[in-house]
Amino acid sequence: MPRVAITVDGTRYEDDVPARTLLVYYLREQLGKVGTVVGCDTSNCGACTVLMTDSDGVPRAVKSCTVLAVQADGREVTTIEGLGGDHPVQRAFHEHHALQCGFCTPGMIMAAVDLLRETPQPTDQQVREGLEGNLCRCTGYQNIVRAVQAAAASSEVSAA
Amino acid sequence: MTATIATPEIGRARLRKEDARLLTGRTRWTENITVPGMLHMAILRSPHAHARISRVDVSGALAAPNVVTAFSGADVADSQGVMACAWPVTEDTVLPTYPPLAVSEVRHVGEPVAVVVARDRASAIDALELIDVDYEPLPAVLDMEAALAEGAPLVHAEAGTNKCYTWVFDSADAGTGGSVAEAAEQAEITVSRRFVQQRLIPAFMEPRSVLVDPTGGEWTIWSATQIPHIMRFLLSATTGTPEHKIRVIAPDVGGGFGGKLAITPEEWITFTAANRVGRPVKYIESRSETMVSGHHGRDMIQDVTLYARRDGTVTGIDVKLLANMGAYLGIVTPGVPILGAFMYNGIYKFPAYRLECTGVFTTTTKTDAYRGAGRPEATYAIERIMDELAAELDLDPLEVRRRNWIDQFPYTTVAGLEYDSGDYAAATDKAMQLFGYEQLRAEQAARREAGDPVQLGIGVSTYTEMCGLAPSRILGALRYGAGGWETASVRILPSGKAEVVTGTSPHGQGHVTAWSQIVADQLGVPFEDVTVLHGDTRTSHKGLDTYGSRSLTVGGIALTMACQKVREKARPIAAHLLECSPDDLEFSDGAFRVKGTPSAAKTIADCALAVFTSHDLPDGVEPQLDADATFDPQNFSFPHGTHLCAVEVDTETGAVKIRKYVAVDDVGRVINPLIVEGQVHGGVAQGIAQALFEEAVYDADGNLVTGSLADYTIPSAADLPELVTDRTETPSTTNPLGVKGVGEAGTIAATPAVVNAIVDALRPYGVNDIQMPCTPERVWRALQAGKQASKEVQA
Repeated sequence: MPRVAITVDGTRYEDDVPARTLLVYYLREQLGKVGTVVGCDTSNCGACTVLMTDSDGVPRAVKSCTVLAVQADGREVTTIEGLGGDHPVQRAFHEHHALQCGFCTPGMIMAAVDLLRETPQPTDQQVREGLEGNLCRCTGYQNIVRAVQAAAASSEVSAA
Repeated sequence: MTATIATPEIGRARLRKEDARLLTGRTRWTENITVPGMLHMAILRSPHAHARISRVDVSGALAAPNVVTAFSGADVADSQGVMACAWPVTEDTVLPTYPPLAVSEVRHVGEPVAVVVARDRASAIDALELIDVDYEPLPAVLDMEAALAEGAPLVHAEAGTNKCYTWVFDSADAGTGGSVAEAAEQAEITVSRRFVQQRLIPAFMEPRSVLVDPTGGEWTIWSATQIPHIMRFLLSATTGTPEHKIRVIAPDVGGGFGGKLAITPEEWITFTAANRVGRPVKYIESRSETMVSGHHGRDMIQDVTLYARRDGTVTGIDVKLLANMGAYLGIVTPGVPILGAFMYNGIYKFPAYRLECTGVFTTTTKTDAYRGAGRPEATYAIERIMDELAAELDLDPLEVRRRNWIDQFPYTTVAGLEYDSGDYAAATDKAMQLFGYEQLRAEQAARREAGDPVQLGIGVSTYTEMCGLAPSRILGALRYGAGGWETASVRILPSGKAEVVTGTSPHGQGHVTAWSQIVADQLGVPFEDVTVLHGDTRTSHKGLDTYGSRSLTVGGIALTMACQKVREKARPIAAHLLECSPDDLEFSDGAFRVKGTPSAAKTIADCALAVFTSHDLPDGVEPQLDADATFDPQNFSFPHGTHLCAVEVDTETGAVKIRKYVAVDDVGRVINPLIVEGQVHGGVAQGIAQALFEEAVYDADGNLVTGSLADYTIPSAADLPELVTDRTETPSTTNPLGVKGVGEAGTIAATPAVVNAIVDALRPYGVNDIQMPCTPERVWRALQAGKQASKEVQA
């Protein structure tokens, strides 16, 4: 079995994993990081989205159901559980009622974090297109767009 | 200490208490729950729409590594129980036997056939491939009309027919109106349409999962369900397991929309598997399995005829429905169209109404409740055909509605319902103003005049719905197997904090927040000091759960009544503490106050401490403040509203873009406007999705070709418009809070608004209907057909 070393939410883990193990199941079943969830089996819903550093060390949103655990070897992964709870995007989702059942929320928030890293001051249309890979069945997305814009505005204030 | 509540909690846009754990991933989805000794189950499903099972051999799976057991339906035929239907709508409704695991025949693709229980999920799934099943294929039955024809192959041979039932309502027979036959004879204008409600999939984001722990002669069951209480009762009733030995927990549940208003074969099979191995067994469903095995919604053919006078006054409506049941009957499958049957008259004072609904079996996944359940279909039919009537008479669609809508309340409709309250003109006026109705009509005229390749269409939907399921007596009269009451308990802790137990079972609605607001106002206990327990039959032993926009209008009233009982228990204690007569006290600003001397006050917390110590209580007073209440409504509630939609239709490509969408809803008194707005957003999104995007499609062999989220296209953020939402507020007169339901309103309203807009855009091209979902291809084809027909008329 391949051996991997992956840093998840600031903790370094070393494990032997079957080669076919998807990152999301490694997170959920071997590390107990059940905050990241599985909503489909075709990479459409985005519920499993986490951040993973690329080869340049930049954290990028990935659907952890389309990444093998072995591909994450040597990388840093941030899940919803690693955001701390008071991240501007988490706060904005709360304040703008951008979640109802909450199942898509971890993935949606991680995708929004990545969106704002790439496009710190997006237009509404950029938010909608940027989150196209994350499905929500409860909110109609309207408050999600509001929340992402509020998080963008709060980051602008804090950056100034 | 006498804290006061300065602002009423009801009506405040409180941020949700539920959010904290959902935002941080500290959630208890069923899939996240593990118990010691737990095994995993996987299900082998039928690849055939219809086949006889001649042999199942699980020996290969049993020999596979990590496999603890494997079995087929035949192995557990006598012990697995059956799936029950709670709503035979007529005396002669055909109720086919519905085994959780198929025993001798499969009747839809995806039907469970055999299972493997293994140490881990991957081993269980791997071993499914080692099970041999011999099938003798039988003919698929897919088309409803063909299924009813003489000599059609039968879904259930023993029934001798594919007809499940025929249910008839006639206002002349019911004494609620006149005769449709007379209306037909005297009609100055007749408009007929066939509308097809395509099959939809609820597609809640959390796939269904279940975990059964049979330890110690008791069964603890976690399930992603909307109905833990109903499930407990039915599991007991259909397997003979004593109800008091079953505990059902609906932990965090990721959406439902009616799709989890279900008892599922998978729950029953997991229960059977856990009993066979004597260990906890968990079944985690993949999305593709949920799509093919979880029930679907809609799927009706509606033949609607409207009779009217030339001034636009409707004199009668005749409706013939074919409703696809699928292969089996879920808990309320036959009743779904009947929930709509009372709404085909919409907001209008039609004098005559007849409906005939036939349920049809096909070899497809069963249908059952999906957001709105019957009422979106009815509303679509009436709101679409009112537009067609307007077009025939060359009247503005809003004008035709005005000439027919109800303007005095309460009003007993031709379907026999008493609408409690409403103000259709107020909601419509507000919507028109927000929409810029006249300006958009002017723009539409200009684009038509200029022959703009992008045409503008305006769609109207003035809807009402019956919600708040439901008065038990009415449910009984409709042959539903259960009541419609709801229950609540309020426990006051020694520190004055309140613990609420509710029989509702939220899965995204925000009951914890809203119920806290109700308690805060009723008892003066601060919002933060209220906790709400739900979704566990050990803490909440009784309830009828969450569906049909019932939680607030029934459960919220039960909670209000329980709070009022607490207050009456506390009153003599407060009086004793204040050394006055109970009659001298009034409850205001969150405390008992001496009339005329409001500063002399005692709170519920003061009384709670007094009963905790019980050192100094009045003689004969029981030392506790807790109270239960159960509420059975006398009537439904009838929210309403006006939704207006403007679309731009590219006549060259058929592409539809929603330009503006305005929703003005009247859901009675609002507890939390933030939550209400969110419900409208999500509801409208699902209504738009039916109009434009979604359809469950079967191929000629009965395979569900839209069996994943790659093929079943639920909309993303990029597909949906920004909505303009507003409200009017006409309190319900049938409950003490004045509340109505909101969970389904948006979905009910939106679909006809969008399709009416598209048809309106294309009417100059001879288009007078488009089949949903209105994809660019369908729109383009309708346009070509319309142009062709217009040419033929001219020629």
